[in-house]
Amino acid sequence: MTTVSTQKDDRQIMSGRFARILRRPEVGAAVAALLIFTYFSSTTTAFLSTAGVSTWLYSSSLFGVLAVAGALLMIGGEFDLSVGAMTGTTGLIVGIMTTEYGTNIWLSIILALIFALSIGAANAYISMKTGVPSFIVTLAALFILQGANLAITKLLTGTVSIQGMSDVTGYDSAKAIFGSTLNFGGMDIKISIVWWLAVTVVASWVLLRTRTGNWIFGVGGAFTSARQVGIPVVKVRMGLFMATSAAGWLVGMLQLFGVSTVQATTGLGQEFSYVICAVVGGCLLTGGYGSAIGAAVGALIYGMTLQGIVFAQWDNNWLKLFLGVLLLLAVLVNLYVRRRAGDRS
Amino acid sequence: MTEILSVTNVGKSYGTVLAIRGISAEVIAGEVLCILGDNGAGKSTLIKILSGVHAPSEGTMKVNGVETILSSPRDALDAGIATVYQDLAVVPLMPVWRNFFLGSELRKGFGIFKRLDTTAMRTIAKQQLAEMGISLRDVEQPIGTLSGGERQAVAIARAVYFGAKAIILDEPTSALGVKQASVVLKYIAKARDSGLGVVFITHNPNHAYPVGDKFLLLKLGASIGYFDKSELTIEKMTKLMAGADEMSTLATELERKPGSRPSRKSEKE
Repeated sequence: MTTVSTQKDDRQIMSGRFARILRRPEVGAAVAALLIFTYFSSTTTAFLSTAGVSTWLYSSSLFGVLAVAGALLMIGGEFDLSVGAMTGTTGLIVGIMTTEYGTNIWLSIILALIFALSIGAANAYISMKTGVPSFIVTLAALFILQGANLAITKLLTGTVSIQGMSDVTGYDSAKAIFGSTLNFGGMDIKISIVWWLAVTVVASWVLLRTRTGNWIFGVGGAFTSARQVGIPVVKVRMGLFMATSAAGWLVGMLQLFGVSTVQATTGLGQEFSYVICAVVGGCLLTGGYGSAIGAAVGALIYGMTLQGIVFAQWDNNWLKLFLGVLLLLAVLVNLYVRRRAGDRS
Repeated sequence: MTEILSVTNVGKSYGTVLAIRGISAEVIAGEVLCILGDNGAGKSTLIKILSGVHAPSEGTMKVNGVETILSSPRDALDAGIATVYQDLAVVPLMPVWRNFFLGSELRKGFGIFKRLDTTAMRTIAKQQLAEMGISLRDVEQPIGTLSGGERQAVAIARAVYFGAKAIILDEPTSALGVKQASVVLKYIAKARDSGLGVVFITHNPNHAYPVGDKFLLLKLGASIGYFDKSELTIEKMTKLMAGADEMSTLATELERKPGSRPSRKSEKE
């Protein structure tokens, strides 16, 4: 009798471990990333060259920082569509303040961060107080920021792009942190890639290993239950909105100091790209499920595809078609996961 | 016979509406108090008084033998009285162990490196559930994959682990099938055997009778009887609950008139 039951137990543990790996939200994205990598590496020569790799990694890193922060917000059950425009707004704030008014560069950077945090807090406050879905509130914020980016920049500078950033005093110190290029064994690594990895590691640690992370899952998964067990639900969501806006600011700085200029149209048409990265990385649109690493992998897919299509000399409109298909597949896989987890409730 | 919680002649009015009146009952360690009543009998109001959501407008309440007024659910929890509501306050997509500790996480480390003590939480959750008689092969599985009865048991085990001496179960069996309901009854018996005072609210005499020690029957906000198990049979309880006269009237109403049975066969042909 005892031997039989032990054997059965062992087998269950084995299958449990296997199932646990398959159940991870990032597994599907990792498989897709591997396929895309293999495809472009074997069909184009440029994709695997050192210049090629650093190009698609750089491209991925900018999407990645937003996708990871956005994934946390989505796991917490909310959206922020305005964060793409925020990258432009914060870049423009620093650009205009320094080139037009001679403000200290670090002061401008900090003021831009404060601005981003207050927009995040305002988004959170309005949607939590009124119960209007954050989708709508941040859609409004997106239009406000995009409009302001163009109108105010034109009003103050007469053009739609900021020039002369590299002549600003203290530019080099800021460039070292946000825009420098490191060299690893002959490969140029933009510092934004380091930021992307750091943000992913920190976000993943917070999500899986801290109380805050547990609360984020709780708030997004079952709001009322979370409140019943004493989680400060409003604070958690407020923090998530502000962190997402801060990520928008970080990407704004990475872009500004990466190329030494900023356009008033920065972020236009990018509202959904980070949402796509997060969903492809295994986040549920309904909240309560997902992973920071998954979102980073989602961004890697986005970056590899974006640049891979250029290297393969295809018409770049294929990108949107491809991402659309990928998004649909990811949503269907996620739906299956959710059904499996909730089918007995 | 340690009395954990008792109410004497309590009543509660909302404005001019008297929701319940003159109710007395006690919760004793190692016993199950069943509160039975139809919809609108005042069960929810009584739970709210016992769990500290509302203070009673009249009568007295004693916690551990001391006259007390519980002014919030937090007060009740601090006094060791935990309430398990129907929705159980769980997050379906989260693993069992994370749900077990949600809102009261164990942590280790200092400063910004303060982190979840995941090993301890997994071990404790597994062990506490095993004591309730649920052996999960994997506490990592989302709680949504457990059956309704098992989820109820996790909620009970959680309340017990966080120091409850009495637990109030709000209709734990009402949404469940026959088999699952009997599983929950087993967990209630288990909690009782471990020395907990249990308040079991239900409208089903068949669920209450086998597991209960004391029975409080409510109707239209008043007690229609407070019995020890020895004074009551399940038939008597059912009759009291439904009202014997009403039941016999209903039986007559529902009875078929002779010859009124339609013949399906002939209709089809």
